[in-house]
Amino acid sequence: MFENLDLTKLIFGRLTWDAIPFHDPIILATFAVVAVGGVAMLVALTRYKLWGYLWTEWFTSIDHKKIGIMYIILGLVMLLRGFADAIMMRLQQAFAFGDNMGYLPPDHYDQIFTAHGVIMIFFVAMPLVTGIMNYLIPLQIGTRDVAFPFLNNFSFWMTAGGAALMMVSLFVGEFAKTGWLAYPPLSGILQSPGVGVDYYIWSLQIAGVGTLLSGINLLVTIVKMRAPGMSLMKMPVFTWTSLCTNVLIVAAFPVLTAVLGMLTLDRYLGTAFFTNDMGGNAMMYVNLIWIWGHPEVYILILPVFGIFSEIVATYSRKPLFGYTSMVYATVVITVLSYLVWLHHFFTMGSGASVNSFFGITTMIISIPTGAKIFNWLFTMFRGRIKFDVPMLWTLGFMVTFVIGGMTGVLLAVPPVDFVLHNSLFLIAHFHNVIIGGVLFGLFAGITYWFPKATGYKLDEFWGKLSFWFWLIGFYFAFMPLYVLGLMGVTRRVSHFEDQSLQIWFQIAAFGAVLIAVGIAAFLIQLIVSFRRREALADETGDPWDGRTLEWSTSSPPPPYNFAFTPRVHDLDAWWQMKQHGFKRPESGFIPIHMPKGTWAGIVLSAISVACGFALIWHMWLAAAVTFVALIGTAIYHTFNYDRDYYIPAEEVERIEAERTKVLANV
Amino acid sequence: MSEHTHDHDHHEAEGPHVSLKEYVIGFVLAVILTVIPFWLVMGNVFESSTTTALLILPFMVVQIVVHMVFFLHMNFHSEGGWNMLALIFTLVLVFITLAGSLWVMISLNNNMMPGMMG
Repeated sequence: MFENLDLTKLIFGRLTWDAIPFHDPIILATFAVVAVGGVAMLVALTRYKLWGYLWTEWFTSIDHKKIGIMYIILGLVMLLRGFADAIMMRLQQAFAFGDNMGYLPPDHYDQIFTAHGVIMIFFVAMPLVTGIMNYLIPLQIGTRDVAFPFLNNFSFWMTAGGAALMMVSLFVGEFAKTGWLAYPPLSGILQSPGVGVDYYIWSLQIAGVGTLLSGINLLVTIVKMRAPGMSLMKMPVFTWTSLCTNVLIVAAFPVLTAVLGMLTLDRYLGTAFFTNDMGGNAMMYVNLIWIWGHPEVYILILPVFGIFSEIVATYSRKPLFGYTSMVYATVVITVLSYLVWLHHFFTMGSGASVNSFFGITTMIISIPTGAKIFNWLFTMFRGRIKFDVPMLWTLGFMVTFVIGGMTGVLLAVPPVDFVLHNSLFLIAHFHNVIIGGVLFGLFAGITYWFPKATGYKLDEFWGKLSFWFWLIGFYFAFMPLYVLGLMGVTRRVSHFEDQSLQIWFQIAAFGAVLIAVGIAAFLIQLIVSFRRREALADETGDPWDGRTLEWSTSSPPPPYNFAFTPRVHDLDAWWQMKQHGFKRPESGFIPIHMPKGTWAGIVLSAISVACGFALIWHMWLAAAVTFVALIGTAIYHTFNYDRDYYIPAEEVERIEAERTKVLANV
Repeated sequence: MSEHTHDHDHHEAEGPHVSLKEYVIGFVLAVILTVIPFWLVMGNVFESSTTTALLILPFMVVQIVVHMVFFLHMNFHSEGGWNMLALIFTLVLVFITLAGSLWVMISLNNNMMPGMMG
């Protein structure tokens, strides 16, 4: 072994200068922009001496509210990257017909659609959903933080670490060219010998640790830390759907970890779980990854159903219609989501009995979902509806999601799926439910709870503009794909011969441009609202006349959320308190016990990313060192007993007195 | 990595009552349930390996139950019934995953690779 020991290889593995894509002007230009922007940001942070503030107040903070906001910022930043990928694909497909090969080589195009899928699901939808859950659950159930505050910070940094590793692949090496689920044998070592799939594996494994731990954390929080009096059937709907989502996370994500682990063993150690030879079975990978993958889509949509339920009730100024049925529908969806996974591979070759079983379970799942739609409609019925921006998103969702749901039931019919499998019809369907459902819901939720998190509302004009551009842009971008799919055009194609298809792709590209305007309007909305924050300020803490406990706190809430733990008597606890002339306690405060910030989360995550990078590039020495460092740091952190502090009663009294003064002036 | 330090005040009272006796019983049972399967395999007690495998499986199941009862202190009403609920949910999901995967993969093999099935 030692005679052919190569020092460069030991240290750098397979990383050489060839890994930097100098030959690709697109990537090089992107890199230049990112580098200039990044340096500018670093300079600005140093210039305004913000490093200390960021480090103590945000990065090391274990306040669930700040972690929630950091999750949302991560999700929004990654949305820009994911959308950049989307618009590149749309432009390529709008031009690449006949002799015109477009501007993206197939090799680059494949990385873009893979990255787009991975980013949008794992690093946009998941962080945004987790962020909103993190921010709201403790406030809605009347507690001061989550069950394991440090774990929460660690989870966030692991998710961010996975995202960072994925971003590194843009400039060092390549990303997977396999599609977002990396099916073997294509993702096996024989077909994908490069580092792309390894980037995929390790960024998902690192982010997966964060997702799983945050799932456990929020689950325990909801089960164990509800305010006295809040029985299960008095929980706000959003808390209910979050509970079910976290159950799904805890049950489903280990499957993804295990599947990716086996793929890793296949690639690194030459095992034969999913290979074509040696008794491996690539179909087993497809089977297992969808046992995670189908619950995953419900992990995304369930909390969003909760967001819509809160918004519909608030803006219709009525209690939610059919609360009980809403809860049961959610629970039924939770269980059923485990019984439908095969509908993602009807065409793989299982028999008629298997296919019909999974086809029928898939159709059944649309029943509780339909019940929810009717509940929202009946809530609005004869309500005094206010058409604010969150309500607009909700209405846009209800129309769009029903269309997406119907094409979904269509695809659940196995013979139909045989025709439409892997076609653009499928692409249109899942974008229809994910954009029209998850994304619209997240924007609705962000607009709705923005004043709670920041103390000022979002600007109406730019919000409405963003909504309309998103909605119309969505229809322009995806309705043509339904048509193309019905004509038999398959997904993931970078060049076409049939010129008659081109017009549809151009319409879709136009839609993507409209969505770009929608995103821009959203960003402008953030800036405009920040500049007008005095005029848009929310001093009551309850700008929409809300129904649940988070609106009983100030905007933004104090670090301890509630000076006294609220006592819950009814569903819609805050509404009931307002009806009964609730008076805020103004004296008798006691010191409040709080968890202390720690460096451990961000440091552990940074070491994990370094370890992942070393493993990707086969830098075995660095991998071993970082792995030992990771374990060592984790153990070292367990000896840190300085984890809590008390907010003195005088401090609580001062904060509460200030709020009393503000409230008196409203 | 949770926050198990000196601070948590009101949760402590809810914890299970744990005795050394319970741990010792659990440990002894676990050792017995481990040694017998080892002996069955290492000592080549049965001619056919299928018989050995089938005999080992029940030991595995009992072992899981021993761990849950004596080490995780689970019973029908611990944690206000949440433990039981979680267990039932887990069993349902494990059953769905295993039975479903077997059904899917066997059906797949029958249809796509008829030659390979005995």
